[in-house]
Amino acid sequence: MVFDSFWVYLAASPLWWLTLTILVYLAAQKLFLKSGSIALLNPVAVSIVALIVLLELSRTSYDAYFAGAQFLHFLLGPATVALAVPLFRQMARLRAIWFPVTVSLAVGVLVGAFSAVAIGYALGLDRETLISLAPKSVTTPVAMGISEVLGGIPAMTAAFVVFTGITGAVIGLRILKAAGVTDESAVGVAMGVTAHGVGTARAFEAHPVSGAFAGLAMALAAFLTALLLPPVFEWMGWL
Amino acid sequence: MLNGIALLLFCQLCGEALVRLFGWPVPGPVIGMLLLFLWLRYRGRSSHDLDLTADGLLKYLALLFVPAGVGVMVYFDALGGTWLKLGVTLLASAVITLVVTGWTMEWLLRRQKTEHTDGL
Repeated sequence: MVFDSFWVYLAASPLWWLTLTILVYLAAQKLFLKSGSIALLNPVAVSIVALIVLLELSRTSYDAYFAGAQFLHFLLGPATVALAVPLFRQMARLRAIWFPVTVSLAVGVLVGAFSAVAIGYALGLDRETLISLAPKSVTTPVAMGISEVLGGIPAMTAAFVVFTGITGAVIGLRILKAAGVTDESAVGVAMGVTAHGVGTARAFEAHPVSGAFAGLAMALAAFLTALLLPPVFEWMGWL
Repeated sequence: MLNGIALLLFCQLCGEALVRLFGWPVPGPVIGMLLLFLWLRYRGRSSHDLDLTADGLLKYLALLFVPAGVGVMVYFDALGGTWLKLGVTLLASAVITLVVTGWTMEWLLRRQKTEHTDGL
């Protein structure tokens, strides 16, 4: 009985889910390192799965969870701004290779959107879903906005963005290594343009230069996608 | 550290304000990042305080995505029976995007290097 009322208090308090999110992440990080960095045990992916299971088991709604977790979520804003600092440190390198960076970014944005639409089309997904897939490589608020403009379903796009980010973080470094991409800035641009913020976080873990360029790629990809996709889709007669 | 966090929040705030004001289709923090970058360029150097705050925040960047990631549970029902096709599509697209972008940049970097050597 005491436990019951205790649980009712805790579950309703933002402190509980905030603390639990951090503890789960720390445990996932420990597991990842102990396993010898097995890609599939990516701490973000493991934490998300573990927390969803905990929420389902305790019949807690996402809203109740987010009441606590929002304090971490809020920090995404200042953390995104902070990406300017590592980028500034890479100024000399950025100035030397701005042309390869710009071209690769544009290529990545277009390939990211159209590969998803083409594969989805081949698998027989409906038009609304295909449109919702197109902006999945950019950060959530931008992706949802673009999805709406194009006539997709923003909520669906949000789920695709999250899935893409985690997929990129889990497999990205390994795929790039297998493909023979060794330059740290190239690794960063590929991670940022494919898997936005989650990919950027992973890129920082690999190398500070990769992280800096991933942050840049993520930010510029948001601009490019917002500028490019609507006119390209209109030109293709999809709107 | 307070100076650092104040600068970050101020840049974010300016970013959000500009986005609202002009109706730009990008998030405020992304504009804030560009504003901070321009400020650092103008000033020519970062500060110890800003370095400390930025590095501290970015060290735990991955953790900050967990709350939003848990949000996919809300969409489970909406994705319904197509989840397998969607999963395959997103996975394949991520692999293609990674490889094509990585190769493009490696190729351009190598080309740039040889051009420079040719010029010597």
